[in-house]
Amino acid sequence: MSAPLIATVAGVTGARGQVSGRRADFPLLAGAPSLHYLDSAATSQKPATVLDAIRDYYERDNANPHRGAYALSVRATDRYQEARRTIARFAGLADPDCLIFTRGTTESLNLVATAWGGANVGPGDEIVVTAMEHHANFVPWQQLARAKGATFRIAPLTSDGKIDLDALGGLVGARTKLFAFPHVSNALGTVNPVREIVALVSERAPDATIVCDGAQGAPHLPVGFDSLGVDFYAFSGHKMCGPMGIGVLLGKRGLLESMPPYQMGGDMIDVVGDEETTWNTLPHKFEAGTPNVADAVGLAAAVDFLDGIGMDRVLRHERELVAIADARLRALRGVTIHGPAPRDRSGVVSFTVEGIHPHDLATILDERGVCIRAGHHCAQPLMRRLDVAATARASFYVYSEESDVDALVSGVREAQRIFGTV
Amino acid sequence: MAAGVPGRDGNAPAVQSASVEALYQELILDHYRKPRNKGPLPGATVSAHLSNPTCGDEVTVEAIVDGGVIRDLRFTGQGCSIAQASASMMTELAKGATIGATRRTRGALERLLRREPVTRDALGPLVAFEAVARYPARIGCVLMPWRALEQALGDPDAPAQSP
Repeated sequence: MSAPLIATVAGVTGARGQVSGRRADFPLLAGAPSLHYLDSAATSQKPATVLDAIRDYYERDNANPHRGAYALSVRATDRYQEARRTIARFAGLADPDCLIFTRGTTESLNLVATAWGGANVGPGDEIVVTAMEHHANFVPWQQLARAKGATFRIAPLTSDGKIDLDALGGLVGARTKLFAFPHVSNALGTVNPVREIVALVSERAPDATIVCDGAQGAPHLPVGFDSLGVDFYAFSGHKMCGPMGIGVLLGKRGLLESMPPYQMGGDMIDVVGDEETTWNTLPHKFEAGTPNVADAVGLAAAVDFLDGIGMDRVLRHERELVAIADARLRALRGVTIHGPAPRDRSGVVSFTVEGIHPHDLATILDERGVCIRAGHHCAQPLMRRLDVAATARASFYVYSEESDVDALVSGVREAQRIFGTV
Repeated sequence: MAAGVPGRDGNAPAVQSASVEALYQELILDHYRKPRNKGPLPGATVSAHLSNPTCGDEVTVEAIVDGGVIRDLRFTGQGCSIAQASASMMTELAKGATIGATRRTRGALERLLRREPVTRDALGPLVAFEAVARYPARIGCVLMPWRALEQALGDPDAPAQSP
């Protein structure tokens, strides 16, 4: 067993299993010792530092930014721009003006589909996605293709839940205008080899714009946007210790500058004439209306929290728990784990139990304080290919501990007893 | 979580325990493992398909309705034990019953799930779903097949077709 995530959490190591987490930093978890929160891929819990940062912003610096007529507004603007710089640094983006604040990954991807797609996709073009997309990185492209008369293609997966790179190589070509794929699968936890995929696609389709859905990437592993090779990368704050309602789109400057705006309103304009309007510079061109400063400040506090641990350690911690959960669930009769081996996954275990529907399993686990997800995980194309209607998904994060795995495994055994399947 | 819902007929509570085992009663598990009237119904005069986009459960109900009576009724689909057992028990209760009586049974089931007063006679074996009232997220699982049947039956005044 390797060292715990944070060895200094006194009284936690040992008492809650061999692998301990940062539970004490999260008020909701600290206040509910018997709760086993295993749905972090849906949304993470929030550390006190994030909650404090949001409150501090409202108590000391709140005003409408970019209006600069008084010192308080200047402070609000400074907090907002400081948050942008902090998050850009965390994501490996040298130019913070190429970080657009959005409501989350879904809005970021819709921004690209609407603004970039509207201006650049036409009849005869091809849009390629993979069979492991979350609906948010599938439906916008499917609908864009339909609206523009473009061809929509879906790259298949291997039997162990990875993108089939040979098949992908055969799908992309000179007509490929856009390729969209996830950094990490939300339903299976598969960590995709981004640089290898980008090299493969760029070689065959040098003009293709490449979009990476980072909703499950940024919370769990280093992003390094400037060296990834993708044109756009999107993630949400709430899955990485930040508040709900804030996320980002990272993009290459040339693309962002050449794209039309996404929404029209205040802040995003330069000069508004009676007939014509010119657009503000980046990033303001894509941030119409009063921005969500408080939650941007909260997300900056969240990345500070994660940086304090180190993203390499975050991933190592999750993989350690996944490996334990994987082995112990596999040891139970009738349990099938979907997706690749733990070394190729982030903190997700997606599984089915013979004779027990995932919703029944979730109800029985809930009764024991274990929160898991049951369903199609907003990935119906993937579920069809796995030939399952639903799976149970347990997902781990920085506060997860071995005791959470214990509760999960004993809950599955209890469900098997109630259903009489063992 | 509240204790089991007390019985409404003055007898002992139907639900003895607040544990999850009250939810998964033997009758429900039996219908889940051995669903009755499951499969397509050749010659069906009415049908309806419902799915739950959040969980992926789906049910198709097919019936032969003649003269205001449900002569035959079968279902297909997949889902959790509660939805499957509910569909199975519904087919047993509604087969041979009038549309009016079937609607009254559904009304009684809804009152049970809302924890409103309801007589045992109106419910029959559906009393097995009493504990579901404590699990708001699962009430829709019980009602989905009944909603599909209601949709299949459509306008109560429409002339019945012969099979």
